[in-house]
Amino acid sequence: MRILEVEDLSVELEGEKILENLSFHVDEGEVLTILGPNGAGKTVLLRTLLGLLPYRGKIRWKKKDLRIGYVPQRLPFIKDFPLTVKEFFRLKEVSEREMHGVLSSLLMADPSILDKKMGTLSSGQFQRVLVAYALVGSPNVLLFDEPTAGIDLGAEETVYDLLNRLKMKRKITILLVTHDIAVVYQFATHCLCLNKRMLCFGTPREINGTLLSELYGGKVKIYEHRH
Amino acid sequence: MNIATSLLTGVLISSAAAYLGTLMLGRRMALVAGPLGHLTLPGIALALMYGFDVTLGAFPFVILGIVLIWLFEVRTKLPVEALTAIVFATGVAAAFLFLPIEQAEAALVGDIAMVGTFDLILTAVLSAIIFSIVTKNYRKLLLTSISEDLARVQGINSKKHNLIYLTMVAIVVALGVKLVGGLMTAALVAIPACSARNLSRNLLQDRLLAIGFGVGSCMLGIVLSQISGHPAGVLIILINAAIFVMTAVFKR
Repeated sequence: MRILEVEDLSVELEGEKILENLSFHVDEGEVLTILGPNGAGKTVLLRTLLGLLPYRGKIRWKKKDLRIGYVPQRLPFIKDFPLTVKEFFRLKEVSEREMHGVLSSLLMADPSILDKKMGTLSSGQFQRVLVAYALVGSPNVLLFDEPTAGIDLGAEETVYDLLNRLKMKRKITILLVTHDIAVVYQFATHCLCLNKRMLCFGTPREINGTLLSELYGGKVKIYEHRH
Repeated sequence: MNIATSLLTGVLISSAAAYLGTLMLGRRMALVAGPLGHLTLPGIALALMYGFDVTLGAFPFVILGIVLIWLFEVRTKLPVEALTAIVFATGVAAAFLFLPIEQAEAALVGDIAMVGTFDLILTAVLSAIIFSIVTKNYRKLLLTSISEDLARVQGINSKKHNLIYLTMVAIVVALGVKLVGGLMTAALVAIPACSARNLSRNLLQDRLLAIGFGVGSCMLGIVLSQISGHPAGVLIILINAAIFVMTAVFKR
């Protein structure tokens, strides 16, 4: 079933064209990775899909029973507040039970994390808490904006294992912004290559080296992982 | 000239200001209270010259200032900091064009000893409004301060909440001029919150400490002013600053 349909989407911010004539669609249960160099408009695309930015064209989300979770790239201002993890969760209307549930599903069952300040978490823990926060309210679509800097999620699990598990357990549809081409092959069902214009849209298999070198300016070699 | 009235009025103002301050650090908002405070000067000048309540004089000028800064920002796209500097200087200059110099002290550093029953009632009503509105919307205001994107994804109207917050700041600034004058109201909002942040381990502690520091400095300032004869506004700000320095030393 179609969950999102985008037609001829263009976004212009302060007179500068950020996105031009994008058309793609996402079906239920798919994992769409959005790939592109810095400044390609990936974050802008996610924010536009969330209705946070003005646009031309059409964005049609499925109407019935749509619950969107959003994992932003970073929250630079959160360090300004002495907010504990628990207090952060309280910014969403959430029961204790659900909070513990999502945290333990992300391998953060240790209750001592709840009283830690958001600003003192390691980047990996912080990322997990953001994912957990997005999962409160059992969304069926997750929009995930991966941080630019490599983050260490700990030895036991990468963020992609984590998303994979979510996909299996919760039958969640995922739109994932990433810089990591390996992710596309390991994890995605579909891929959108973006550099202001849309350069490709299809399954990972359809993406070839020529396209990627066009995307990144001809300096990319692909090492395909097979597990 | 009743010290109980002064103390009670001061406590109400400083607690409301400190409470608002705990929400202010997120998005450079402390900058807003400063310039807004200065914008009150022409209003204070008018109030002093014609003998009506300084808060009532200050408030319309704060609103005028917010609107002016917003209009200039939309029109020129210059940074808000630059625009507020312009509006601030204009406010000070306009005030001193009219204000007789012997009344300047009350305008600059406040005069809490001057307050009467009317001031106390007005202050009590306005600070009750601030406390109830901010408490009711605390989560939404906080999330808007942390990330407008996240707030809007959760269906929070961030524009509305920014406006609510700004209005509360405008009210507290207009009240603050009674206590510390037209130049230092920003400090009344910002310093207790900064001191609290140095020590607090969670949001609840943060709010309680900020209000505690704000109220404590205010009471001590007013009492010391009775003894030493220095203006209370000046002492209150200095005590607040001393507390901040101490918390900075003890910050773990």
